[in-house]
Amino acid sequence: MDDSVLVARAKSGDYEAFEQLVSRHERRLYALAMKIVRQREDAEDVVQTAFLDALEHLADFREEASFATWMTRIVTYAALKVLRKRKGLETVSLEEFTSENEEGEIPHPEYIADWRGDPAKIVEQRELKRILDEAIDALDEKYRLVFVLRDVEGMSVEETAKVLGITPANVKVRLLRARLMLREKLTRVFGDESQRVFRSHRHEGDERGATPAEALLKSYRQS
Amino acid sequence: MKCEDLLRMLNDYVDGDIDPAVCEDFEEHLAGCNPCALVVDSIRKTITLYKGEEVYEIPLPFRERLHRVLRERWKELQAHRPCNSASP
Repeated sequence: MDDSVLVARAKSGDYEAFEQLVSRHERRLYALAMKIVRQREDAEDVVQTAFLDALEHLADFREEASFATWMTRIVTYAALKVLRKRKGLETVSLEEFTSENEEGEIPHPEYIADWRGDPAKIVEQRELKRILDEAIDALDEKYRLVFVLRDVEGMSVEETAKVLGITPANVKVRLLRARLMLREKLTRVFGDESQRVFRSHRHEGDERGATPAEALLKSYRQS
Repeated sequence: MKCEDLLRMLNDYVDGDIDPAVCEDFEEHLAGCNPCALVVDSIRKTITLYKGEEVYEIPLPFRERLHRVLRERWKELQAHRPCNSASP
């Protein structure tokens, strides 16, 4: 049965329909919450709060987006709230320090090598999960969030920007950094050392007087 | 196109949002620059890995608690509805 049918039934007072929606989406939403808050108890709180919110505001859900998208937004907002609380910045934007200002170098690819094969075949599943978790945990929160929302959850650049309260240009710059940083870490694990290649002509951006990050931001603003 | 330009357009290329005219230059560069080709390839693999990552299993005790809490809240809300036509 389609989610929209269940939503209609739940709206007319059928709890079983609502429960079915919860059962369908709880696993994915818990995983999303975990990816943002990185801590089990907090992820549980986030999911519970989000479903309670959904239950209480079901009548207001106008179904312009799918139930899945609606819930993704609610969970994401609830999870971001936890992060803000954790930082003691409840009343301040998470992005306060960084909104338009994306100074600094785009990380240059340093370790460049073809991967030895399918990582899932090189290491066990649990080991793979540990490697992926460690790499993403090492990222600054602002990069991790953009990567999770855009690349893992598949949100658009605009939606990611809206949810995080930053500009689409900032999303793009952060996403590039996140991708490059994760690539770097994973290539050090999965790259074939014997095939490693070295760039002979890096830092060409420096010759023009602008750091690659500045040049990139400028190009996004112009477009 | 230089490696630095390629780095700047990496996102658009990987996401398939690149201008077709620029795309040709991009791919021409890739064909002649092994390091850049490897970077693009490993970025794609990185994204794929995280996308397909085994999800975090929802803990069973939490799942049970969640369903209990939601059912109770539903009952409360129904009890307070002026035109109470349905109940769980």
